[in-house]
Amino acid sequence: MRSNRMGWGLLTPTLVVLAIFGFLPFFYVAYIGFFNWNAFSNQLGMQWAGVNNYRRLVFDPAFLDSMGRTILFAFLAVTTELALGFLLAQTLVKSFPGRAVFRTIYTLPLIMAPIAVGASWRLLTIPGFGPIPYFLDKWFGFDFNLGRYGTQAFITVLVMDIWHWTPFVTLTLLAGLTALPKEPNEQAMVDGANRWQVFRYLTIPMMMPVLLTTIFIRLMDALRIVDEVFMLTSGGPGTATQFIGIHIYRVVVPKTDYGYGSAMSLLVLYFTIVLCWLLFIAMTQVGKQKE
Amino acid sequence: MRTNSLRKTLGWIGLYTLWTVMIIVTLLPIYWMIVVSARSRVELFDTPTLLIKSFYTPNYIKPLSDPVFQRYLINSIIVATSNAVLVSILALFATYALSRWRLGGADNIFFWTITQRMAPPAAFILPLFLLFTRVFRLGNWQMFDTQIGLILVYCVFNLPFAVWLMKGIMDGVPPELDEAAFVDGANRWKVLISIITPLVAPGLAITFILSWIFAWNEYLLAANLTSVSARTITTGLAEFVSVTGTNWGEMAAVATVAILPALVFLVFIQRYIVTGLTFGAVKE
Repeated sequence: MRSNRMGWGLLTPTLVVLAIFGFLPFFYVAYIGFFNWNAFSNQLGMQWAGVNNYRRLVFDPAFLDSMGRTILFAFLAVTTELALGFLLAQTLVKSFPGRAVFRTIYTLPLIMAPIAVGASWRLLTIPGFGPIPYFLDKWFGFDFNLGRYGTQAFITVLVMDIWHWTPFVTLTLLAGLTALPKEPNEQAMVDGANRWQVFRYLTIPMMMPVLLTTIFIRLMDALRIVDEVFMLTSGGPGTATQFIGIHIYRVVVPKTDYGYGSAMSLLVLYFTIVLCWLLFIAMTQVGKQKE
Repeated sequence: MRTNSLRKTLGWIGLYTLWTVMIIVTLLPIYWMIVVSARSRVELFDTPTLLIKSFYTPNYIKPLSDPVFQRYLINSIIVATSNAVLVSILALFATYALSRWRLGGADNIFFWTITQRMAPPAAFILPLFLLFTRVFRLGNWQMFDTQIGLILVYCVFNLPFAVWLMKGIMDGVPPELDEAAFVDGANRWKVLISIITPLVAPGLAITFILSWIFAWNEYLLAANLTSVSARTITTGLAEFVSVTGTNWGEMAAVATVAILPALVFLVFIQRYIVTGLTFGAVKE
């Protein structure tokens, strides 16, 4: 028997870094969530509040509004990206001249700084010299103004997110499609199944692990979007694009409502975990029914 | 026969049209950013054209010769490079340990780090800010507004994917190689440094570049855990929007500089981006 001591020794630095900078803050947030703590309030320091912060959250319209907006955004973004990504991945399965070049350029948004993504979309949509408002006005007489119309701002953020992340969905699904065995499909075709049946009863179930991973990652990231939106609209006009990440940021940093912001963070984290869990159950149930 | 080949030709035309459109759509925001960075303020509002006819260099020269902006740039380079080195070394050690010893429960730790990805990023600003200003300090020194603070914090999102990526590569190196070297009288360290490391070097290079890019791109923590001396280029870029009467040409120039590393590294890492972004869950 070899001693494990050196193994743990090699692993320790990694575990220590993750513990101090990853887990410690997490428990700290959970702890602060039980206190009233506002740097601007006349009561100094932390006051024990029990679950009052959580009680307040349930009836806080600003929180509920931004939560609802975030869920709507995440749902629209993720479903669109999945549908588009699946279609595009299908076209990339077979090799063709130029595929590598297309793929490489198409990947570019994924490694751009999100803040630069927001900046580039701001330049594209800015009233005054942005080409999108200019051409919409010139060709259709359409009044496009991000600073004035909330719905337009929301849709623009949505389009930006789809632009930014559809390549990711395409590539993960492509990885899944490439790894699929070919024989079952061919066998089913021989047995007289049509393309839709092959897709529905063979491709989808076999792709389930990759699909789930892709959906989870996209959902988690869409629910916590901050950087790009901050750059594009700063959450405005009004609260039209104030997603939960930005809302929490505003509560914690400019308003310094530490206890309330922490409770909110924890509730959102809990919500995300529950949502992913429900989705996991729903999708595996659907997978089972097919068999 | 003829309809078949016609259909095939149409299929090809469709495929290339689709991907040409996709590439134009992908590049349009980036291209426009470069166009804006090439125009002076007057040109910007006067010429509604998508073409670059002349290049207005002051947009680049002014920020690049500004000492404040230079410091942002240098900070970004130092933080990203140190973080990438640290992550690569830690991931090398950790995955060697995980693949050569049975360390019960150790893998779970990396699974739990996914909660980081589920929580709103703003949730971590407050506890880290408090830790950096009140707990992690020695005398007059505090971790707030230092490069070392950012370097260590970025490990939290870079290490999990680095470990998953390296684990697969490390498992591919047969343990018999270690055994053979032991017979020749080498010790563990020597094996790790002179036999294993060269074999996994390509994986380390990918880990290094991806960590570097993710660290370079990070904004929210950099903006809130630094104030003056450790600010990075992404925070510099964000400062443009809060200033009234933004100089859009300069902002576009800074944003272009901020995505340059991505453009340079794109070709090398495009096949591994998916692995990096899924915490190693999806491999190509």
